[in-house]
Amino acid sequence: MTNTINGKLTLGPLLFHWTPEARRDFYARIADEAEVESVYFGEVVCSKREPFSEKDNEAIIARLEAGGKQVVRSTLALMTLDREVAAARALAESGVLVEANDVACLQEVSGRPHVIGPYINVFNEGSQDVLIRGGAVRIVLPVEATAATVRVLASRSAVETELLVFGRQPLSVAMRCYHARSHELTKDSCQFVCGQDPDGLAADTIDGTSLLTINGTQTLSNGYLVLLRELAALRGMGVTHFRLSPQHVDMVAVARTYRAVLDHAITPEEAAGDLAALTAETPWQNGFLHGREGLAWVESELSPA
Amino acid sequence: MSLELVCPAGTPAALRAAVDAGADTVYCGFRDCTNARNYPGLNFDPDEMAEGVAYAHRFGRKVLAAVNTFPRAGDARPWHDAIDNAARANVDAVILADIGVLDYAATKHPELRRHLSVQASASNELSIAYYRDRFDIRRVVLPRVLSVEQVAALVRRIGIETEVFAFGSVGPMSEGRCFLSSYITGLSPTSEGACAPASHVSYKEDGPETLSRLGEVTLNRFSHGEPAAYPTPCKGRYVTHGRTSYLFEEPIALNAIDILADLQAAGVTALKIEGRQRSRAYVTEVVGSFRQAIDALDRGQGGAVENTLASVAEGQRQTHGAYTKGWR
Repeated sequence: MTNTINGKLTLGPLLFHWTPEARRDFYARIADEAEVESVYFGEVVCSKREPFSEKDNEAIIARLEAGGKQVVRSTLALMTLDREVAAARALAESGVLVEANDVACLQEVSGRPHVIGPYINVFNEGSQDVLIRGGAVRIVLPVEATAATVRVLASRSAVETELLVFGRQPLSVAMRCYHARSHELTKDSCQFVCGQDPDGLAADTIDGTSLLTINGTQTLSNGYLVLLRELAALRGMGVTHFRLSPQHVDMVAVARTYRAVLDHAITPEEAAGDLAALTAETPWQNGFLHGREGLAWVESELSPA
Repeated sequence: MSLELVCPAGTPAALRAAVDAGADTVYCGFRDCTNARNYPGLNFDPDEMAEGVAYAHRFGRKVLAAVNTFPRAGDARPWHDAIDNAARANVDAVILADIGVLDYAATKHPELRRHLSVQASASNELSIAYYRDRFDIRRVVLPRVLSVEQVAALVRRIGIETEVFAFGSVGPMSEGRCFLSSYITGLSPTSEGACAPASHVSYKEDGPETLSRLGEVTLNRFSHGEPAAYPTPCKGRYVTHGRTSYLFEEPIALNAIDILADLQAAGVTALKIEGRQRSRAYVTEVVGSFRQAIDALDRGQGGAVENTLASVAEGQRQTHGAYTKGWR
């Protein structure tokens, strides 16, 4: 549909607990308007959320496919319950393309094409080789990856390499629900309070500095990862797919902006101006890729490969 | 079968202390980024590792080498050397987390027994089966996020040994996949082996209170005498909805000493004591207490041993963590 030589855009899984209505509307608009090649779809954070919108999944997938999108089914990042493992097994056995976010899935999809999600640690050639031998056709590198790591792994990879370039950075997953704890509840009695915060709940330091975002059992950065100026260098290193993580902003416009930079239709500086209007007060971060604190914002360019 | 008591050693002296206090098994790491407790002044060089193994073997005890961080791209050499050196030191097993390191060890040293580190975050039967079937791991160290019932179910299904945490920190995050410390400091626990490295920790007096900071981030404020944990990001106080709280975890220690019978009934093989960064006195005290408790259990007198570990527990408070209901 769009220029693939310049790199493909993907939309990561929706990490937040939106109402079924908001979720349907969001994906309808993505299907019809967003310039992304792949859409990752599925609950990554908490299986308790799934019953709310399960009934819509089939229609959403059909609509995305009708819109020309490759749909990849994302799994939970941390599975401990029998029903969670059984669901992952059933998904793998159904033959759809799966993004494995817990090693559990690999036991089921090995030997068949699948995507390695960013919640499985791939930091080196050894793990990359084992996973490719197991049938991985695309590897999404962890958010902590530095440019040195991306350069080595993307340039040697026999399969596609994907990197998160927009959205809050996933920093940890847990069994405990911090969203529930923030309301003095527990995971078992959570009342689905995570649904009150469509872009996550701010967790600030005790001296009032913005630092983290809570999303149920997941902890994210307070800021949005924004890699615009770095896109050309990443493409040169061999990164093939660039992931936009859904936030409560105009994601169609975000995709349009990134697409324009990848296609050299606008400069990263022009894109930054457009994006700033979309992301409002949320700070931007890019430290991990630059080998710095993940919360840092670094203005300098990446050296080309 | 008696529960195997697996104890930490950050130094050769601590290794001997653990053996002398009744550890069945001691685990330690090399003095570099290849293990998850890469703190200054800790750990073993290859000769010390070999001497430690000889000491333990003289008393019929075992030594495990933790090589449980994730190699950096283009730089796997330190991790491969660590595996080779562990084999040469005649350790009884290596504790591994990275898929590439597991592959190297299984290929180069197939006879060297392999355990799966908690850093691999294998929390369900399929994940464990993946590592078991590909890399022939003989034991899995289970994450601290499972209840006793979940542990029992896993033991029945996976067909390999399990080791569970009995004493130490309560790790609320899925281990090996937590990027909070590098988000704040720029140094990665996953590849450099130190969460909240001491070089980035500072304390500041503020009137009657103390501030603890990691990098540029204030993680806690506590009054003199108030228990407070070492400032890892998951043990800090944060503000949500205008309210300050220990959002992730209180300053509290995991202590399973009074539920050992339950863990044994669940079919657990080994109990892990955490604390390679702690003193030799800590090792002696904790190991001695657990030795007594396991011996009492073996005599059919479970629960007869008094829990006296509060003074060495982090924050001086204790919990069963995820093992019992209500923690989540």
